[in-house]
Amino acid sequence: MMSFNALIVIALGYVVLLFAIAFVAERRAAAGHSNWLSSPLIYTLSLSIYCTAWTFYGAVGYAARSGLEFVTIYLGPTLVMIGWWWVLRRLVRIGRAQRITSIADLISSRFGKSTQLGMIVTIISVIAATPYIALQLQSVTLSFAVFAQAEGVAWDRAGFNVTAMWVAIGLAVFTVIFGTRNLDANERHHGVVMAIAVEAIVKLLALIAVGVFVVWGIAGGPGQMLTRIDQSDIVLWNEDSGRWISLIFLSGAAFLCLPRMFQVLVVENADERHLHIASWAFPLYLFAMSLFVVPIAVVGLDLLPAGSNPDLFVLTVPLNEGRGGLAVLSFLGGFSSATSMVIVATIALATMVSNHIVVPIWLSFQTNQQAVMSGDVRHVILLSRRLSVAGIMALGFLYYRMSGGGTALAAIGLISFTGAVQILPAMIGGIFWRGATRVGAAAGLLTGLVIWLWTLFLPSFGVDAVISQSVMDQGPFGLSWLQPQALFGVTGIDPLVHGIMWSMLLNSAVFVVLSLVTFPAPLERLQGAQFVNVFDHSSAAPAWTSAAAGAEDLLIMSQRIIGSTEAQAIFQQEAMHQGKTGTLPEVTPEFIERLERELAGSVGAATAHAMIGQLIGGSSVSVEDLIAVADEAAQILEYSNRLEAKSQEQERTARALRAANDKLTALSIQKDAFLSQISHELRTPMTSIRSFSDILRDGEMTEDEQERYAGIIHDEAVRLTRLLDDLLDLSVLENGQVVLHEQTGTLSDLLDRAIRAAGLHDGVLKISRDRADEDVTLTADLDRLAQVFINLISNARKYCDAKVPHLTIKVIQDGQDYAVDFIDNGSGISPENQELIFEKFSRVADGSKAGGAGLGLAICREIMHRLGGEVIYLPQQSGAAFRVKLPPVKASAALEQT
Amino acid sequence: MSQKQNPPVFLQRANYRQRRVRDGAKLLPFVGVVLLAIPLAWSSDGPDEKIGSSGLIYIFGVWVLLIVLTAILSSFIRPDVSADATDSSDT
Repeated sequence: MMSFNALIVIALGYVVLLFAIAFVAERRAAAGHSNWLSSPLIYTLSLSIYCTAWTFYGAVGYAARSGLEFVTIYLGPTLVMIGWWWVLRRLVRIGRAQRITSIADLISSRFGKSTQLGMIVTIISVIAATPYIALQLQSVTLSFAVFAQAEGVAWDRAGFNVTAMWVAIGLAVFTVIFGTRNLDANERHHGVVMAIAVEAIVKLLALIAVGVFVVWGIAGGPGQMLTRIDQSDIVLWNEDSGRWISLIFLSGAAFLCLPRMFQVLVVENADERHLHIASWAFPLYLFAMSLFVVPIAVVGLDLLPAGSNPDLFVLTVPLNEGRGGLAVLSFLGGFSSATSMVIVATIALATMVSNHIVVPIWLSFQTNQQAVMSGDVRHVILLSRRLSVAGIMALGFLYYRMSGGGTALAAIGLISFTGAVQILPAMIGGIFWRGATRVGAAAGLLTGLVIWLWTLFLPSFGVDAVISQSVMDQGPFGLSWLQPQALFGVTGIDPLVHGIMWSMLLNSAVFVVLSLVTFPAPLERLQGAQFVNVFDHSSAAPAWTSAAAGAEDLLIMSQRIIGSTEAQAIFQQEAMHQGKTGTLPEVTPEFIERLERELAGSVGAATAHAMIGQLIGGSSVSVEDLIAVADEAAQILEYSNRLEAKSQEQERTARALRAANDKLTALSIQKDAFLSQISHELRTPMTSIRSFSDILRDGEMTEDEQERYAGIIHDEAVRLTRLLDDLLDLSVLENGQVVLHEQTGTLSDLLDRAIRAAGLHDGVLKISRDRADEDVTLTADLDRLAQVFINLISNARKYCDAKVPHLTIKVIQDGQDYAVDFIDNGSGISPENQELIFEKFSRVADGSKAGGAGLGLAICREIMHRLGGEVIYLPQQSGAAFRVKLPPVKASAALEQT
Repeated sequence: MSQKQNPPVFLQRANYRQRRVRDGAKLLPFVGVVLLAIPLAWSSDGPDEKIGSSGLIYIFGVWVLLIVLTAILSSFIRPDVSADATDSSDT
């Protein structure tokens, strides 16, 4: 049998080994050989601090009491890890971009670098972590006691307390040495992480070794083990769905919110890619940790006498079977679980306490800026961290002593989780919702804290310890709806589920509602945008707008925080980056931004911001600046809109130009056609004139012939003249050079004149008129109007192909407007030609028959256009029908001006 | 309005596959929640229906399944920083 003293020696030896490992790792990291140290494997193993002594020992006890429910504690983190793409990836990216040092820093930084929020989160975390640390001390102490008991020494309370005290002191020393030795720019602790990784392996090996011994050594293989589980009295499944789901949620949320988990997950993360591996490797680790829990519990219940503490089965089963070596390994596993958790938790909490409580308070007392000296802030921070480590450990120890170290402690693990989880709404809201505000976050956190204290934490001390039995039963001051375990009269649910439900529900509700109704400060909005859009590649507006401080002041201030060497290195680097030869760079807003981020990596965002704000004189970002930034964006938008409008306009112009070009081309073709047409029209009469004049010149012909030829020549010359007259007329009309002579007369006279002039003396064309209708007085250029009528009448005479040609002239009145229709009884004009007849040189009928050049209707149209009227072809009539719309009678007087 | 570029409709095969792998990774926790909620339907009333080792095997089986699926998906996810850039401006 292992003697108790030997156990002490082994434990001390193990601690020395851990010191050595941490020391070597620190040395290697300092020498720049940190490649191996920052591998995904180490990262994954460092996450194992989630598995504390409470889970190492307690899981078996939990399984013995409540069956499979113990597994929820591992399933929550498993779900969070396999869903890493949602939350963890974002947290790690934000942590890197913003140099986040702790979960309090995350919340504070997100909500406008608020000092108060940092304090609230720190206080919640410390309260929630204290019982958990006490739990670790208890586990280690109990495991020592088991060995002492095996030797026949039964400890009294004093023995327990002394052991717990020495464990606490030892842990504090280790943490101070490796956790607060340096004030790193990115707050990583290589030595501690390495030691934790080793401890992670030790505790996994220990639990698996005990499990393998139980399954193969005692039960005789997996098959028999399963049979044994079925035969055992253990109740694996309680039908309490509320607990099952609540605990999975709780453990998953706690995995994100516990300060120590945030420390290893986000702050100590060296590379985002490590998450890829850890996303499955850490669930695998958890799986291995819980695989043998139920077998150990079942075998322990079978073998050990009734009434033995199932929390210690991992130790007592091997001891009972006489396997001292295995028991020592198991002891080391539990020891590792407890120490690694306590070390990281105290580092994380000490960072939070120093950055968010001690330094802000200390700075507020430091009004005398002249008395500063290099590294003084750094000194204060390191000192406060060391004291915080000691203080937190002392709190844990005190809690352990006060609670009496009994079984009451075992229940507090989940209650402690619930306290930490109060940060979840502010955290998730902060990284996904830009509308979350500082006031909302603070109110939500405080609400959650109060409800958690009232429903879970204070009752956990036991009946009548803090809350009396009467308050538990009737509520405070007789307000029954405030009963700690039946808020608002909701009874009948598990007290833990009740506490989780109400605290999370009201916390989230207050957070959301107050976020909706309050208005965030400029810096808050800036930070909110940077957190939520962390994956966008947009550069944010700098939070500092003026750079009123001198580089020297900034350097002095930086030296106060991170020491002279590092501060000077940063300034020199920036100077080189700016292309300056000296050691002091130019103070630009970008540089201040960078410097603040560097400093935030050491003292937290709120303190760094406050210290720089002191120097710069508070000229941080203002609403006006934000608006200016927005204006700039709006201007760019407007500019691009203008460009777009301009390009649209250009497109329109181009379209118009194209259309004009098409028209010009068409006109050019038309002109060519016109020229060829006109030369043809001129050539025909010229040809006959020339040939007949040739004949006349040659002589030798009769008088008759002479006369006939001369007649032809004369006719052709007349036709030629008429053609030229028409052309001239058309040209004058088209160019608008026509001079109109206003006259007044009746339509009846005008028609008489037109019929007379149309040359109807052959009497072929009969005309019918209604003289009563024609009594209309006109004021217009009557000569021109008559020209139109003559043209239309003579057209009828020439082209009407009826046997007995007949033309009807009707006057139509439409209100003040008059129109004259000329309708003959011929075959009319085919629809396809109706469009063409008003064009120049268009002749529908065979041109030779009429001898016209096809200009008549074109001239008519131009004349009517000039007179302010219109001539159109009327389709669907018995023959060819034209309507002349007369110029408006009323307006005729106005024509004088034109 | 005109500032925001619309993402392209068609991607190269590799990029398309990469996006679907990411979709899978995003979906997996929900699959896990559903599978782990199934025990809620188990009853533990009668002594005949006692959930013994079969319940144990179910939970641990789901667990292994989730681990294996995550490992497969994670190995396919391109661990590059530019993968995020391709999110917004793919090919």
